[in-house]
Amino acid sequence: MKAACWHGRHDIQVEDVPDPQILNPRDAIIRITSTAICGSDLHLYNGFIPSMKKGDILGHEFMGEVVETGTGVANLRKGDRVVVPFPIACGHCEPCTRELYSLCENSNPNAWMGEQLWGYAPCGIFGYSHMMGGYPGGQAQYARVPFADVGPLKVPDELTDEQVLFLSDIFPTGFMAAEACGIKGGDVVAVWGCGPVGQFAIKSAYMLGASKVIAIDRFPYRLRIAAEQAGALTINYEETSVHEALREMTAGRGPDHCIDAVGLEGHAPGIKGAYDKAKTMMMLETDRPVALREAIMNCRSGGTISVAGVYGGFIDKFPMGAIVNRALTIKSGQTHVHRYMRPLLERIRSGQIDPTFIITHRLKLDEVADGYHTFLKKEDECLKVVMTP
Amino acid sequence: MHTHADARSSHERLATGLGWFSLALGAAEIAAPRTLARLIGIPDDPRLLSVLRAFGAREIASGVGLLAQPGHPGWAWSRVGGDAIDLAFLGSAANEESSDRQRVALAALAVAGVAALDLFCARGLQDQAPSPELPRDADLHDVSVERSITVNRPIEEVYGFWKGYANLPRFMRHLESVETLGEQYTRWTAKGPAGLTLSWDAETIVDRENEWIAWRSLDNADVDNRGSVRFQQAPAGRGTEVRVHLQYSPPAGRLGRGLAWIFGEEPGQQIHEDLRRFKQLMETGEVPLSEGFGLWRPAQPAQDVDDLATLAGVAPDLVGTSARLEGGHA
Repeated sequence: MKAACWHGRHDIQVEDVPDPQILNPRDAIIRITSTAICGSDLHLYNGFIPSMKKGDILGHEFMGEVVETGTGVANLRKGDRVVVPFPIACGHCEPCTRELYSLCENSNPNAWMGEQLWGYAPCGIFGYSHMMGGYPGGQAQYARVPFADVGPLKVPDELTDEQVLFLSDIFPTGFMAAEACGIKGGDVVAVWGCGPVGQFAIKSAYMLGASKVIAIDRFPYRLRIAAEQAGALTINYEETSVHEALREMTAGRGPDHCIDAVGLEGHAPGIKGAYDKAKTMMMLETDRPVALREAIMNCRSGGTISVAGVYGGFIDKFPMGAIVNRALTIKSGQTHVHRYMRPLLERIRSGQIDPTFIITHRLKLDEVADGYHTFLKKEDECLKVVMTP
Repeated sequence: MHTHADARSSHERLATGLGWFSLALGAAEIAAPRTLARLIGIPDDPRLLSVLRAFGAREIASGVGLLAQPGHPGWAWSRVGGDAIDLAFLGSAANEESSDRQRVALAALAVAGVAALDLFCARGLQDQAPSPELPRDADLHDVSVERSITVNRPIEEVYGFWKGYANLPRFMRHLESVETLGEQYTRWTAKGPAGLTLSWDAETIVDRENEWIAWRSLDNADVDNRGSVRFQQAPAGRGTEVRVHLQYSPPAGRLGRGLAWIFGEEPGQQIHEDLRRFKQLMETGEVPLSEGFGLWRPAQPAQDVDDLATLAGVAPDLVGTSARLEGGHA
């Protein structure tokens, strides 16, 4: 089969690789019909995530048709159309039974690597480094899905691939980020980053009762989509002081909750941005927490900092004083996608949201290298790349 | 130590060199911190001198470690970490008013140079493929390892899976089989490197239902080893806590060396991984395989499924479409 393989920084190649086969009884093989590039794939593309190996198949947002099931998968049949959640979860360990699927204790065969870096290991994730399990990803023609009796969600025929594909990651991720804020009526939510996750976080914050959502980014087209499609007020941080703008827009209160939908490769103008660039280059920190710091400094006292962006390692100049003295709560986690797929599918089916508004580029899998490049460079007003194999 | 210079890698020789360097520097830091302070251009006030003495203790620990186990990357990494601390210290000392900036800068440069060597050495040792050869007699020592895990299954089921030992080879990496010989006697067979097979008879000395199983090798066994596993209800419905204790004293000679190889250089980590597979099997009914196990191969579909299973320490009957599910929960 054809698959998008990682070969180093900014080097993705489509290769012929063996077809996947059932390795465990609870596996299924999926023929992929749609697959997407995630913002977090750019961290791999930029070489920020350790434990990648040349030849690794990328991709964790995919859906398709079941073509084979192991003896332990009773709920799926050949021909079923399914969306696959990006975290791999066994469904039976204690975190899984508490619906904390991304903390599954059984799905990561390389758990020892995570234990070295983070103390304990998280779940396995498709196509996201060996530390996250070393599973081949879904930017390919076929994928093997472990614990297929727990993860994949059957989707109704009346919905198109593009309408349901983002149930695999970014819609639940944006939703969980908003849900973690514990929004009460009248709350104002600020969202850093207007990529796909940020856009879904804005929409979700409104769905959960926010009175106002303020979106912060530096790309005018992303801010435009946030305003027109998601209904956000916007701040371009390259043109305006974020702190002052937020203060004015909330009549001096500050946003009740702040969502970081940027993650470890944040940008900032001037000295603030240069500081973290220099420190990461000298390996004195691994991540650039520019958006996170700003979210903390701008949140109303007693509010919530909800971190949806990916961080991998260690950060510097973390404003702990603001958190302690102003009683801020930090919420985070890789998304427990399984928990959200059904309820969010219902919201799509009932017409509360049409997730296709973020798609800007439709490519063939063969064009995957262009897709990564265009997405990274934000060329051609790129917001989301969807591919068909 | 019975070591042959030619059997050691250049990285190990470098490690030995760095070990002597650590000892010398550590001795100087402890015995003559004042002289050293002047040499590197920092003021000799008591606060800084006590920091230097502490650094000396650290250097000596690293040095002894490097000389005792020059093939072990951990000691070289401890030096890399120490270098980072030294550089940070020099950086802050440079800001002291009475520091001689030029000397401090030279000292920092020297530390940075050594740090590069340390890093080279640590990386080199790390990259050395694990030796397929048996350890040397001189490296044999008694091992006692204790590890625990929580399994989200009822205690009766977890105990039942251990009882009789027959399921152990399904998750213990090098164990081939455990046969029951009679009421309380068992024969254990394990695979060592290069076709070496180890076998010993054992007797069960404790078997308390849902509580405790313990066994030890018979007196006439060539390999003296014993083990126990205790079961305890985890609080508030969290399943069962399992505590495993293994001990062995390898005799000199091929057999003992084979046993030492089986348990590896990090017996604790190996039991930890065995117990992880045990938990996976109990909770999910399988030991999930990924194509990119470890960092040995890319995350691409495997053609050599048996190799993959061997790499992951998974019993062949647990792999593939016809894998057996019984025993575990699914």
